[in-house]
Amino acid sequence: MKRILSLLLNGRRREDAVADDMLLIDYLRELTGLTGTKRGCDGGECGACTVLLDGEPVLACLTLAVRCEARRVETIESLGESGRMNRLQQAFHEKLGTQCGYCTQGMIMAGEALLRRNPNPSETEIREALSGNLCRCTGYVKIIESVQAAAGKAP
Amino acid sequence: MQVLTDFVLRHPASIAEAAELLAGPGARALAGGTDLIANMRHGLERPKMLVDLSAIAEMGALRWAGAGVTIGANVTIACLARDTRIIGELPAVAQAARSIAGPGHRSAATVGGNLCLDTRCVYYNQSEAWRRSNGYCLKRMGDVCHVAPQGKHCHAAYSGDLAPALLSLDAEVEIAMPRSTRRAPLAELYRDDGARHLNLERGEFVTAVHLPAPLPGTRMAYRKSRARGAIDFPLAGVAVALAASAGRIEFLRVALTGTNTRPLLVDGTREFSGQMIGGALLEKLGKLVQNQVSPMRTTVTASNYRRQVASALAQRLVKELGLAT
Repeated sequence: MKRILSLLLNGRRREDAVADDMLLIDYLRELTGLTGTKRGCDGGECGACTVLLDGEPVLACLTLAVRCEARRVETIESLGESGRMNRLQQAFHEKLGTQCGYCTQGMIMAGEALLRRNPNPSETEIREALSGNLCRCTGYVKIIESVQAAAGKAP
Repeated sequence: MQVLTDFVLRHPASIAEAAELLAGPGARALAGGTDLIANMRHGLERPKMLVDLSAIAEMGALRWAGAGVTIGANVTIACLARDTRIIGELPAVAQAARSIAGPGHRSAATVGGNLCLDTRCVYYNQSEAWRRSNGYCLKRMGDVCHVAPQGKHCHAAYSGDLAPALLSLDAEVEIAMPRSTRRAPLAELYRDDGARHLNLERGEFVTAVHLPAPLPGTRMAYRKSRARGAIDFPLAGVAVALAASAGRIEFLRVALTGTNTRPLLVDGTREFSGQMIGGALLEKLGKLVQNQVSPMRTTVTASNYRRQVASALAQRLVKELGLAT
């Protein structure tokens, strides 16, 4: 069954006809064309599809799209302003927190949720906030350093 | 792209409405969805109707009454882990919550969902194609348990982290039924059958957990062992609640997860009351745990390792808590 889903997506009100069984990741990638959110393991184990739902990190591959009714969804596409990267994206770029790039958007959205709640996190807090996100390239050190740099801490 | 089977999603606003919907054929309760939707994606569940409990406001509150607390089934694991009073007064509950899955799961997953977590097995939590080529299994669509092929008993392990912490603190659960509710000790929510581990009839679901005020002087902790440091389910998880003075146990309760088809409150810890915490007591406790756990070949980690880990974690926690000043 389809119903009209009305939500705030990256700051804009949207209404779409969405089937009950559509997952948020498919809604974002297939219906709205926001392909920044990556499909990784597609089973809730890797964090590549992390988006923010009312400011909290959730896995888009385990979220039914219609459960986002009247809620605020933010994807990686919302972070840049006027075509420029935000502080956290810039830090991932400069501190080499990105290699193949597949986990990057999930790392950044999880990091973004952390920095909004806790602008001055310790290394342990950063590691805990990113503990649901897998990266097969970097060995994580450069990712932690990127979040530290964005928080204004010299790694 | 359609990855889930066709179902109708309902959003009841009250417990009574939800119980009525859940009494219908093919209906399944949906809490945070972090376990159920992953299982549906693997074809392990094919509900005709999903009853989304998240809109039921009365299930979303955390209410203190003195030092006891009622935790609504819709309270998210992230809220529970961050609650300053839970962290301060019921640290084992906060530690268990914080150890569940990853941050992205915890902000969606709920207390009720974690208590009702499906049992897990290396022969069950696999794709449809994998299970089909293996002849399915006793838990779903097959007639053989690959873990113990001679028996007719499913050994899939219960792996929720909250249950042992709550069991060690004498929790009760509130269960809604069509037209009424009942309250039962948490241990009675579970039964010793991996294929059907919950004592819930059709239409019944957990609406809240009641925790009494801990006995004076209670110290508590939860710790788990897992294959990787985050996201993972426990190979064995142990909750300990005890009171001790001058190195002597006053009371001791130990509860386990990940080792049996249900969370287990270790039987026989009463005999430790009055005993000194030392090598002899810890050895007896270790044996008691080893005798009561029954880890089977349900994970890629050897069952004897999980037996040893459960025992060692229990010993360590009792030593740390009992001898803390």
